Amino acid sequence: MATPDILTRMPVDAAARVIANTALSVDYNLVALEAPELAALVRPGQFVMIKPHEGHHPLLRRPFSVFELLRSADGRAHGISILSKRVGTSTALVAGLREGDVVACLGPLGRPFEPVEAPVEAWMAAGGVGLAPFMTLAEALVADGNPPTLFYGARRAADLHCADRFERLGIRVVYATEDGSRGARGFVTAPMAEAFAALPGGRQVRVYACGPTPMMRAVNDLTVARGHRCDVSLEQVMGCGLGGCYSCVVKALDEGGHGHYVRSCLAGPIFDGRTIDWTALGH
Amino acid sequence: MDLSVQIGRLRLVNPFIAASGCFGYGVEYAGLLDLASLGGVCVKGLFLNEREGHPPQRIVETPAGMINAIGLQGVGVHRFVEEYLPPLRAAGATVFVNVCGTSIDEYAEVSRILSDHEGVAAIELNISCPNIKEGGIQFGCSLAGTHDVVSAVRKVTTLPVIPKLTPNVTAPASFARAAEEAGADAVSLVNTFLALAIDVETRRPKISNGMGGLSGPAIRPIAVRMTYECASAVKIPVIGMGGITSIGDALEFLIAGASAVQVGTANFVNPLIWNDLRTGLADYMTRHQLSSVSQIVGTLDMKR
Ligand SMILES: Cc1cc2nc3c(=O)[nH]c(=O)nc-3n(C[C@H](O)[C@H](O)[C@H](O)COP(=O)(O)O)c2cc1C
Repeated sequence: MATPDILTRMPVDAAARVIANTALSVDYNLVALEAPELAALVRPGQFVMIKPHEGHHPLLRRPFSVFELLRSADGRAHGISILSKRVGTSTALVAGLREGDVVACLGPLGRPFEPVEAPVEAWMAAGGVGLAPFMTLAEALVADGNPPTLFYGARRAADLHCADRFERLGIRVVYATEDGSRGARGFVTAPMAEAFAALPGGRQVRVYACGPTPMMRAVNDLTVARGHRCDVSLEQVMGCGLGGCYSCVVKALDEGGHGHYVRSCLAGPIFDGRTIDWTALGH
Repeated sequence: MDLSVQIGRLRLVNPFIAASGCFGYGVEYAGLLDLASLGGVCVKGLFLNEREGHPPQRIVETPAGMINAIGLQGVGVHRFVEEYLPPLRAAGATVFVNVCGTSIDEYAEVSRILSDHEGVAAIELNISCPNIKEGGIQFGCSLAGTHDVVSAVRKVTTLPVIPKLTPNVTAPASFARAAEEAGADAVSLVNTFLALAIDVETRRPKISNGMGGLSGPAIRPIAVRMTYECASAVKIPVIGMGGITSIGDALEFLIAGASAVQVGTANFVNPLIWNDLRTGLADYMTRHQLSSVSQIVGTLDMKR
């Protein structure tokens, strides 16, 4: 039962000032937000609910993974950045944010990633904007002396963003693009399968995946088939982010293999891929 | 300033109640705000047993609103009284329980179980959920059904009984009257408006259940009108709701005749709205030199 968990959660509703909004491409933006109280609480893979504008259309906030923690010279986190891909009205409003604008930003929310400890290897599999939750995880793993490998896939090279930030942390990045314009041609599962084949016997891996549902499902299947565990970050259509509305449910399997709808904002967004009923997951 | 209101025998510290289905079981919000600072917390609709609800996608946004078909997923009354009621009591919440049923017996049984436990302040009868096949709105769309559910529950509990009315009828006021005659202590309205949003590319509904219930600012003027009609038709208190996002919106309902209001969808957007509502109400009362919220209730001058 999640009740004790719920009672100790203390998110912050910040009026976050836009420090910078950088267009990475026609549809990707990186938005830096000043929110010291909120930033101080963030754990790897958590998300925030953002309303980029006043007014009733669109009405609801949107969930965004915390991408980076912005730190001042003394190392203290004073803000966060979000990676936004323009897909609808709200993300178009995010793309249009200007320095100095103030957005409502509620968080941090959701169950965080558990960083594994060496000698278990950490592999992160990102598809497109699914890169977003991995910066905070990468930092935690690097800080623990267990730097991960990033498998990063996109449709084409032009859609691969911010990988330099991972490389600067000393992380090995393996690319895959559907058109072969960078790295392996095809999906990230191809270089991951090779990496599994090259894995020394007895070595354990924890895979962390975020991206389109078919990609996460494929990564989970591959990982589980090789005898390892894959934690996935699921994004569902979400109403409130706080457990109030029961909109963002996913079907989770109990020990007997029976599916039950659980709120991804509270029980997730991070789930052990083996506990998800993938056939019940839309889109 | 004293913002308290009276709903029959029940005294609320202020007129602002979290609407059912929009505030989980209340405990989800305990880390973010003081539950005792709300006039009341109305928890997600409960049947006797657990319910899975509808498959996702369960909500879609529409202009100034949203359509939902959650399908009343819930833990059932037994788990509620064991796992959720104790922390709600500990937090000092005034707990309204939204009671559902597929039969009159089920409404009565759930209400009876709740009455056996300390910490429930009132029972709100959900006879107006548009999203389930059996029960709910089927009772709320028939005057006899409304009467029968209310009188059956009336017999098994001394708690305040507050049937929640549907706006999906021609004359909600006649349903308020039927509820009053059956012994209701108050009525609340509105539940959501049955609605449909279509994906034109696939020519299919945007949510899995097909139709759903419309809530949010889009419905507010209709909800205010219905609140006015009901308050004019009955002597028992009326709790108004539908699209409240600000103190100005809430005041419209109070002036139209509501003794208290519920806030649903707006809580998704601004979970700290309760602070703004309280401050806004105190401001209004100061500006209009009022000492009691009751001096606002039902003061609409229709003559213009
Ligand atoms: C996601 C969602 C779930 C709801 N669940 C319930 C419910 O379980 N029981 C109920 O009586 N009303 C339920 N409602 C209706 C609300 O309590 C309220 O009557 C309606 O949304 C209008 O108020 P609003 O515009 O402030 O949201 C639900 C509404 C929404 C948006």
